Amino acid sequence: MDKKLVIPGEFLSDDVKLADEGTYVEDSKVFSSVFGIASLKNHIKVVPLSGKYIPRQGDLIIGIISEVSFSNWIVDIRSPYEGLLHISEFPRRIDNSEMSKYLKVGDSIMTLVKDVDQSMKVELTLNDQRLRQIKDGRIIEVTPSKVPRLIGRSGSMIAMLKNETNCNIFIGQNGRVWLTGKDKNLDIAVRTIQKIEKESHIPGLTDRIVNFLKEEKGIPVKQPIKKKAKKEEAKEHEQEPAEETTRAAKETEETVMEDAEEPENIEEN
Amino acid sequence: MVKPEKLIENGIRLDGRKPDEIRPIKIKVGVLNRADGSCYFEFGGNKVIAAVYGPREVHPRHQQKSTSAVVRYRYNMASFSVEERKRPGPDRRSIEVSKVSREALEPVIFQEYFPRSAIDIFVEVLQADAGTRTAGINAASIALADAGIPMKSLVSACAVGKVDDTLVLDLNKDEDNYGQADMPIAMTPDGKITLLQMDGHLTRDEFREGLEMAKKGCLEIAQLQRTALMEKYSSLIEGEVNE
Repeated sequence: MDKKLVIPGEFLSDDVKLADEGTYVEDSKVFSSVFGIASLKNHIKVVPLSGKYIPRQGDLIIGIISEVSFSNWIVDIRSPYEGLLHISEFPRRIDNSEMSKYLKVGDSIMTLVKDVDQSMKVELTLNDQRLRQIKDGRIIEVTPSKVPRLIGRSGSMIAMLKNETNCNIFIGQNGRVWLTGKDKNLDIAVRTIQKIEKESHIPGLTDRIVNFLKEEKGIPVKQPIKKKAKKEEAKEHEQEPAEETTRAAKETEETVMEDAEEPENIEEN
Repeated sequence: MVKPEKLIENGIRLDGRKPDEIRPIKIKVGVLNRADGSCYFEFGGNKVIAAVYGPREVHPRHQQKSTSAVVRYRYNMASFSVEERKRPGPDRRSIEVSKVSREALEPVIFQEYFPRSAIDIFVEVLQADAGTRTAGINAASIALADAGIPMKSLVSACAVGKVDDTLVLDLNKDEDNYGQADMPIAMTPDGKITLLQMDGHLTRDEFREGLEMAKKGCLEIAQLQRTALMEKYSSLIEGEVNE
């Protein structure tokens, strides 16, 4: 097999040109630098089994406002470094004095890493169609290095999860996952994500998750009727998040009123 | 306790080991939920727990380095870890052990990957039986790997010493107290030495021979460290709940 569990310092290859993330080169040999899963095809790279999120330019992440300072929001991005959201990166012009009216401590945002400099100063932005404040649903946390497995090859895992649980799911590169949907479905989705996180290193993940989802929903093959009912119920529901996307742009002004509910959701993880 | 008449008899030590044998080792990885990486390590009568946090923000701020992470290592003995109650808190000895242990691990950590951050290592000795610093380093190096921190390799540590004019590997309490020399050594699996201390007297030849013995001991420990890390992820296959 081309995948294996390795510890730091394990010899991987003689071909220096193939060395990628999670490796280092010494005496023109490639060694693993982390404890994780090594994949040896095309590029030699080791995906760590744990570790902190290190921000990179272009990452879509979920942040929580931790401080409002003069012309900057300071954002917890689940990393050793804090994120800075400058007032000019807010989608509309607002005054310094009104910053906490729009985003206050404890609020969650979907945000984009605009730039990271040498000293790890992380600049964030909200100036993008995809970005907005998170006002409903739940946020849970997973190990950042497991994010690629959660998304699956070209999004297959997450697509299946969305389909089967009828939840809308957004995965931030920093390991925060935002889910919206009905409470019951959310519970199933959360449990499934936790299972994926725990077992992502064991082969045959997708099949196990498919079975797990079936079990969770209590749908053995015997009761196809119930399954249908659930699906229909869900279709109604699906419209909600979609609608919200279009709403999001206008909504910023109303934010202040609705915010009271927010901290509750965050605590749930 | 009074000094035993002979510490080694017919090539067998007081605890039944041969001179070049290490004490039994038991390792468990990921024993603490709150830490980013952790390890419980038993080395004969020594019982230590290591916890690793980070990379994380540096507090106090003035300690931070703008181009690399700072590594902080805190070695602490529980008050009940020795027969006579140990007064809690840092003392001269534990500050020294913290310093040399930190320096034993720093060369393998890729500190420059995480500027302006801190990697905190805590080692608590629950039961002491000679060689706690080596046990601490062994545990800490596993905990670092468990925390997903990039390293050049693991570090293994082991002591050699001289008792009754014989070189012995991995001293126990009596040999440490009544022996002629004690030399803890930490090294990477490819033989780069990151810690070497000596207490007592050895001749040049004894030193060289001792070093070779320690190398073998460290390699043996490195194997066990590797196996322990691998086991963490094979035992998780049968569903285990973690918070």
